[in-house]
This record gives sequence, C-alpha cells and structure tokens, in this order.
Amino acid sequence: MSGAHTGRRSSKAVLHWVGVHSLGVAAALFFVLPFVFLLLTSLMGDRQALTRDLWPDTWEWGNYAKVWHTPGFLTWWRNTLLYAGLGTLLTVVSSVPVAYALAKFRFRGRRLALLLVIAMMMLPPQVVVIPMYLFWAKQLDLSGTLWPLIVPMAFGDAFSIFLLRQFLLTIPDEYLDAARVDGCGEVRTLLRVVLPMARPGIAAVALFQFFCAWNDYFGPQIYASDNPAAWTLSYGLESFKGAHHTNWNLTMAATVLVMAPVIVLFFFAQKAFVEGVTLTGVKG
Amino acid sequence: MTGAHPLRAKRRRSALRTAAFLSPWLIGFAVFFLYPLLSTLYFSFTRYDGFRQPAFNGLDNWSYVFTDYPLFWPAMRNTLWLVLVMVTCRVAFGLGIGLLITKIKTGTGIFRTLFYLPYLAPPVAATLAFVFLLNPGTGPANTLLDAVGLPTPGWFTDADWSKPALTALALWGVGDLMVIFMAALLDVPKEQYEAAELDGAGAWARFRHITLPNISPIIMFAVVTGVIQAMQYYAQPLVAGKVAAGVIGGSGQQFEPGYPDKSTLTLPQLVYNLGFQRFDYGTACVVALVLFALSMAFTALLMRRRGGLIGAGE
Repeated sequence: MSGAHTGRRSSKAVLHWVGVHSLGVAAALFFVLPFVFLLLTSLMGDRQALTRDLWPDTWEWGNYAKVWHTPGFLTWWRNTLLYAGLGTLLTVVSSVPVAYALAKFRFRGRRLALLLVIAMMMLPPQVVVIPMYLFWAKQLDLSGTLWPLIVPMAFGDAFSIFLLRQFLLTIPDEYLDAARVDGCGEVRTLLRVVLPMARPGIAAVALFQFFCAWNDYFGPQIYASDNPAAWTLSYGLESFKGAHHTNWNLTMAATVLVMAPVIVLFFFAQKAFVEGVTLTGVKG
Repeated sequence: MTGAHPLRAKRRRSALRTAAFLSPWLIGFAVFFLYPLLSTLYFSFTRYDGFRQPAFNGLDNWSYVFTDYPLFWPAMRNTLWLVLVMVTCRVAFGLGIGLLITKIKTGTGIFRTLFYLPYLAPPVAATLAFVFLLNPGTGPANTLLDAVGLPTPGWFTDADWSKPALTALALWGVGDLMVIFMAALLDVPKEQYEAAELDGAGAWARFRHITLPNISPIIMFAVVTGVIQAMQYYAQPLVAGKVAAGVIGGSGQQFEPGYPDKSTLTLPQLVYNLGFQRFDYGTACVVALVLFALSMAFTALLMRRRGGLIGAGE
C-alpha cells in the first residue's frame, strides 16, 4: 500500500527531474548557441563566412593574429585598460568613504543625500552630456583624450556608492563601536575594521565599474571619436566592422577578443559578481 | 553649564568629519550633476551651436521638438515600445529562468554560469554578434529556422522585426535578473509551500498565492530598473542600425538614424544626433530634459513603493 504510494511519488519525481532538466538544456542552448556560432564563424575563411555554412571547412586560426595586428587594435586595448583600470581604482577610493558615511554616520540630510545619490544613479548620461562636452572640449580643450572619461571617476560613482552602502549596512555597528572604544578615529576605523570586512562588497563594486568602463560606448563616442589614438575597444570594434565590411569572420574574431577578458575575469570572480547583483536588488 | 560648549564643539567636529567623508561625492554632485543639469535647462531656451554665444529664443526649441522635429515622436514611440514590450519580456523571462534554476538539481553551477555569461558580453560586441546571427541571408539563426520550416524574417533589416530582434538580444542578457529572482525565490519561507500543499493547492495556485506575493517587491524593482534601462537604451539600437545599414562606423560618415525606417531610433540617440551631428545644442537639450523628466518620474515610483524599496527609507 505505502510502497505503491512511494513508487508513484518517485516516478513522478523522476518525470519532474527529466522535465526540468530538458527545459534547462533547451534554455542553455539559447544562451550558448550565439557564442558557439560566434566562435565557429571567427574561424572560417573570408569567403565561407559569407555563406550559410555553420561549420568551418578549414580552421583559420590566423584570423585572430590578423585582428590582433590590425593597426590600432593594441592602442584600443591600452586605452581600454587605462580607462577601466585607473577609473576603477579612482572610483573605489572615492566611493568608499562616501558609502561609509551614508551607511554609518548619523547626520542631518542623510536621507536627502541618499535620495540624490539614487537620482544620480538613475540619470541617463545623455541628460547632462551637452554641458559636460562643452566643459571638457571648449573650456579645457581635452576632447580626443581619455581625461574626460577618467577624471569624473575620481569623484564617487553613484551606483558604486549605493551598492557599497547596501553592503556596509550589513556590518554590525558593534564592531565599529568596539574600534572607537579602543580609541580609533573614523579614518582608522574605516581602514582597519570596515575595509577588511567589506572586501567582498568592494570586489563587487570594482568588477562592475571595470566592466562598465570596458563596455562604455557613449563616453568614448562623445569625447574620443575624432581621435582614433584615443579610441577604446568598445568604440573601435564598431569601426572595425566598418573597415572590414565584408569580413564577418574577422569581425567575429575581434568580437571574441573583446569579450574574452570579461569572461575570463568572471571565472575568477564569480562569487563577487553574483553577490553584487543580488545586493542591488534584494537587500534593502 | 560648562557641558554645553564641548558638546557644540563635538557636534561641529562631527559635521566636519561627515563633510570630509562625503566630499568626493559633494564635488561630483555639483560638477557632474547639478551644474550640467542647470546648464541643460538654460540651453534648452537658447539657440546655441557651441561657437557663438547662446541666444535666448524662449520656447522655440520646445515647440520645434514637439511639433516639427520629424524624429521625436518616432523615437518616443520606439522608447515606449521598448519600455512596454522589452521590459515585460525581460522580467517574465528572467523570472522563468530564475524559477527554472531553483528547480534544477543536477549541474546547477554549470547551468547558472551558462545563463549568466551573456549578461557580461560587452553591448557593442553582443550587438555585432546578433546582427550577424540574425543576418537574413547568411545568419545561422535563419538557417536553423529554415531547417525546421519556420518563417525567416529580415530581423534587423525589417522595420517590423528590428525591435523584436533587439528584444531577443535583451533576453540573451537576462542573467542579472535571473540572479536577483533566484535569490528572492530561495528566500520565500518553505513552510508556506508545505502548508499550501497540505491544503491541496496545485503548482499554479502555489505560484499565484505564495510565490508571487512574496517576490512582488523584486518584480517591482526589476520592472522599474528595466524601464530606466529601456529609456537609456543607446549602444545596442545605434550599433544594430548602423551595422545592419552597412554604414562605416567611427567618425565622419553621416547616417540616417534608426535604420530601418526609424525603427531603432531611441530618445538618447536624438540627443546625440541633434547635438553632435547637427550642432543644435539648444534643441538637443530639450530632448535631454524630456528624458530626464521620464527617468526621474520612474525613479520616484521606485523609491515610494513600500516606504523605500531600494533602502532609501530607514
């Protein structure tokens, strides 16, 4: 009696398992196939890339070398690394104290400050781009350089401040009080007590900021478009397609090369990523 | 009596300390938010080409944008289409994938990584890849659709299909929502499901009466942030339009924005088009302010729900 019951239940469980996992495989195909076609096309010959073939006749690994040695490609790499690397460093250094104050200090106007941070976070960059462009290009004569992209990152990024603040809220006040009782000033408390505990939050912010700069298209288009020596990968990639109009294979190889660092970094820092994304949405 | 003085000194010290910690952001707020926002407002009432001094022209730019500028309403319609359709699809799909991943028991890590990775793909790279994949003549997508006997639309070259194609691209990058929904779904108290099951509630009833109410704040968060993203949608529609039209990228060549037939034109593109291709900064600032009004309206909505959905309220 009870055996028949559990038998029915377990066969139902097996069916459920099979159903869920086939759905999972179907979804996985949707997410993975674009990458697969991308790779396969990047390895085709020039002519085959223009046909409906899905599988390369010959494996043209040389496509990658060709892309790598395209004039400008290395400059775009250097610029992107500079923008993303230096920008990330500046963002973290300038955002941590702000987030700390918003999470742990009691002061008048705290709520207003937080509202303004959120408003800044939600502001489309196009809203302020015209005065900003005029400021950098006409007043400071710095268009065609990376400065207009990097310098603003030294003044706290709203999204990073918000994310870090959410993270710092989860650190119990008792730790800070203990440090203060021991005679630490706020700066020492921040450096010695808070920073080590906030490492995962800082890692998440740094990664998001790095990718934000790595992926940025609008900024480089505004400030660097008239000087190819200041282009970044994101912006250069689109022109690469233009210059190699019919060469989908080379374009896809370049696309793979631009995506690769992001994916490699993800595998090293999966946890920080997922934590950061969760933090934006779930913890209030 | 003597205590009042040190207390005030202490208070002043703590105010100074707060200001010191906030200073990077205070400067950033003034220089990169307040000043340019007020300038945008001022320029919107002037004729300004960036060379001659701005000349006050009242509401001319505003009336031009709303009545005569041929690209404004198409861009507005496209933006609203993206807000309604793309955001709905992304939230529904993200929730579906989130549910699926919580049910998967074998190889969860692999599935989660596969579902998440496209979210990280740089937008320009992902767009290029999708324009190629959905290329009507030679793209693998239509080759596959043809093989199973489904229709093979022109995707990015057909005005009726270009926005659905952009939506497909947005669905590919749904990994962020998957993670958020997955975390929310795992937080729903198990006892509620067990109690419902004892009462004989089916799977749909459990989803409808337990899952949905529990995760509704997260759905709201996903909708509002999605709406704001949709209003800022820039690189993907621009690059898709340019590449599908076969326009050489980079500086120089002019391009009829929104190829095909204005169908991929969005409001942020107008700011660029008006300001940096037509050097009509005054009119560009009007469009920028329309964008500002829309995004702040949605931000206000986001912060009001349930006394501060994203932690603005204490």
